[in-house]
Amino acid sequence: MDRRVIGVETEFGITHHGGEHRGLPPDEVARYLFRPVLKWGRSSNVFIPNASRLYLDVGSHPEYATAECDDLLDLIASDRAGELIMHDLAERAEAAMAQDGFDGSVYLLKNNVDSQGNSYGSHENYLIPRTTHFRRLSTILLPFLVTRQILVGAGRMVPATDEAAAHYAFSQRADHMWEGISSATTRSRPIINTRDEPHSDAAVHRRLHVIVGDSNMSETTSLLRYGATDLVLRMVESGVPVGDFELENPIGAIRHISHDMTGTATVKIRHGGEQTAVDIQARLLDRARRFVRENGAHHGRVEQIFELWERTLQAVSSGDHEPIERDIDWAIKKRLLADVADRGGLEQGHPKLAQLDMAYHDVHPRRGVFNLLASHGRVTTQLDADRIQQAIVEPPKTTRAALRGRFLSTARALGAEHTVDWVHHKLVDRPLDALMLKDPLSAEDPRVDGLLGKLGDHADRLREQTLEERKRQQLPLALSERYKLTGPHEFAEPPLI
Amino acid sequence: MSTQPQKRPQGGNDDGAASPDETPVGANAQAQKRVGELDSLLDEIDSVLESNAEEFVKGFVQKGGE
Repeated sequence: MDRRVIGVETEFGITHHGGEHRGLPPDEVARYLFRPVLKWGRSSNVFIPNASRLYLDVGSHPEYATAECDDLLDLIASDRAGELIMHDLAERAEAAMAQDGFDGSVYLLKNNVDSQGNSYGSHENYLIPRTTHFRRLSTILLPFLVTRQILVGAGRMVPATDEAAAHYAFSQRADHMWEGISSATTRSRPIINTRDEPHSDAAVHRRLHVIVGDSNMSETTSLLRYGATDLVLRMVESGVPVGDFELENPIGAIRHISHDMTGTATVKIRHGGEQTAVDIQARLLDRARRFVRENGAHHGRVEQIFELWERTLQAVSSGDHEPIERDIDWAIKKRLLADVADRGGLEQGHPKLAQLDMAYHDVHPRRGVFNLLASHGRVTTQLDADRIQQAIVEPPKTTRAALRGRFLSTARALGAEHTVDWVHHKLVDRPLDALMLKDPLSAEDPRVDGLLGKLGDHADRLREQTLEERKRQQLPLALSERYKLTGPHEFAEPPLI
Repeated sequence: MSTQPQKRPQGGNDDGAASPDETPVGANAQAQKRVGELDSLLDEIDSVLESNAEEFVKGFVQKGGE
């Protein structure tokens, strides 16, 4: 597949600190957080104008699922937009709580572990051809994913246990994976989840649902994460020989690798021998380079991804992490913790280091520690602020997301009751005309225009609002109305709900 | 986690060689500037973190999601 649809679902941790008082419990904070969403869409599970999905998941997790993206930078922009959307909601929640007499600060953390070891995810979805041989897929992809953490892990300050002293590890999620492949998510977390909801033509595509990843803060780390995974999938799909790295015990291996910052831990290969994560990744990188030499690069960032991939492997194997401590989340965080520990003479298990580990993932632009490092120019970025802000209000232009965004924003502007999900587009008054858009790669479809046409001729009465106009609406920016009705229409103005 | 040396010793070029002052002093000034930048960043981080680290960490409890 030259174009592949990728999406990421991020579950955010939520916590409230009341200053002098005890903070509110997470479920109450989440209710405040989603109050504007509920008011806007009469549900706490909505598709928003940028075509992404915003919802409250099981256990009061605020969750944001990016729209379908076929471009890595669109994907990263949409994911980053999700952080800003959550921050906007958090500020409004704080104000509403203060009005009700609950002072304090709301924290939204884009991390994967709380203080008691509960874990929540950053789930990647890759559209793959139905014809992909699943056994081949899993034998190549599982070892890649088990070892990928040394490239793109978010890093974690692991608290002391009976068995081990407090120490730093590559991954947030590695200790919370229980199975290689299965259909469960909450009961038993598999690295690859087989829940096959392609949200497209199931005869042509299947969805690969990967739940092992850490939530990344760094755009550069994200580029490597999605870019390298896509390249490995391309090799799987093409049928080229990729080598045999099938692991004897993927779950034992993923934990073993995570806790060995020297990169020398070896894992058993099913058909004999032991290898380090660096060995496995270096061979996959070598194969991927050969594959691209023979087949050409399918997007403009391939060489950058290879360079990052190689540099990170070299840093791990040499033990000198300095060359990646502006680019790779685990290394950025590790450096910061070392600097803070040095300055304060802190031991590994000190609560301040655990706090910093969490605060690194705080989405607040002026309080989140990753964001502070960025504003001091201490980390690399891939996107400018304008593009991220644009992604808060605009759907990606090259996929079905563009259609969903236009459909729901037009229906809203015309005051027409409607429902949408990834595939379905329906006007409530015209249930027989409901549309299924089964091609996630298609950004145009005359049927959408036909369906919207049933709401009357509105072509010259709807005006797309500028970003400045949208900012002036009283709503969270992500929920601002995209179109303004400029003339009389057979439908009344949308009711303010 | 290895602790990486960050702060560099202060002081000038005391090996007595006849090299021009500018280079070592320049490099030293740069190193000091870096230390200063790091210090001010860490101060800024300190100023935004909840003051009771232990309480912050223990108070962060989620139910399961996914």
